[in-house]
Amino acid sequence: MDILVVLFLVIGLFFFLGGAVGIIRMPDFYTRLHPAGKLDTLGIFAMVTGLAIYNLHHFSLEALLLCAKMFLIVFFVFLSSPTATHSIVDAGMRAGLRHWTKKKGKG
Amino acid sequence: MTISNNGVAKEEGNTKVTSLKSFFSFLITFILMFLSWIVLSGKFDPLLLWLGGISSFLVAYYFYDLLFPAMEPGYIKVFFRFIRYTPWLIWEIIKANFHLLYLAFHPRMKDLIDPHIITFKTNLKSDIAIATLANSITLTPGTITVTADQDGVFRVHAIDRESAEALPGTMLKKVAQVFGEEI
Repeated sequence: MDILVVLFLVIGLFFFLGGAVGIIRMPDFYTRLHPAGKLDTLGIFAMVTGLAIYNLHHFSLEALLLCAKMFLIVFFVFLSSPTATHSIVDAGMRAGLRHWTKKKGKG
Repeated sequence: MTISNNGVAKEEGNTKVTSLKSFFSFLITFILMFLSWIVLSGKFDPLLLWLGGISSFLVAYYFYDLLFPAMEPGYIKVFFRFIRYTPWLIWEIIKANFHLLYLAFHPRMKDLIDPHIITFKTNLKSDIAIATLANSITLTPGTITVTADQDGVFRVHAIDRESAEALPGTMLKKVAQVFGEEI
């Protein structure tokens, strides 16, 4: 059981690490938002799943309610993360920022 | 409500239907609020349950038209079709995450990505269908919705060719099917 918990936590951490690396390595504003907005959703999902399994070691109603609360966090992140990403991109477009293309060579 | 009840008989029938609809949206809001109260408080004292009931009643009474503005019988079908749509969406999200993870760690990342903006038109009518499609696009492989307007015109920023070609495709079909609209 503990192995499963650690596995989920490590997967989540790996996704968050990938998100951070992606933000640093991507060439421009818009492409940076791709890892920022997406890797977090699965990262938080994996980590919360791991914590929920850890929490259910001693099965009780309170533990179950706590799990429900944790998955509520995941639910709201799933709703708000794309919305926030979309509004940031929209703000960039309105301000007139051009996106990076391959033909320009070095961005 | 009382004013329209004094009106002609035809209007009275309409008022009955409207009040039934608003009663249903009130009931659903109340149940949702009370469930979230129970989940968030986690205590089952009679006093706390009463307080929760009263406050969810007040919230549902004043704000029933915020969450479900027009309760149609067809909404129940839409709800169940949306539940069937969710697992597919989660699977797409997982694929999107692995694709981006691969891109983020790839040593020659700048050769692989080819960002550009594509525009396409759909025939989606209702706000909720457009919003669902826009959010689904943002969650799936390498694409972010830039703008989506009421005519169903979408502008999407795609990170590489592969993910741009997949649009609108299957996702549009699935969303249109969920909300019972023609493509």
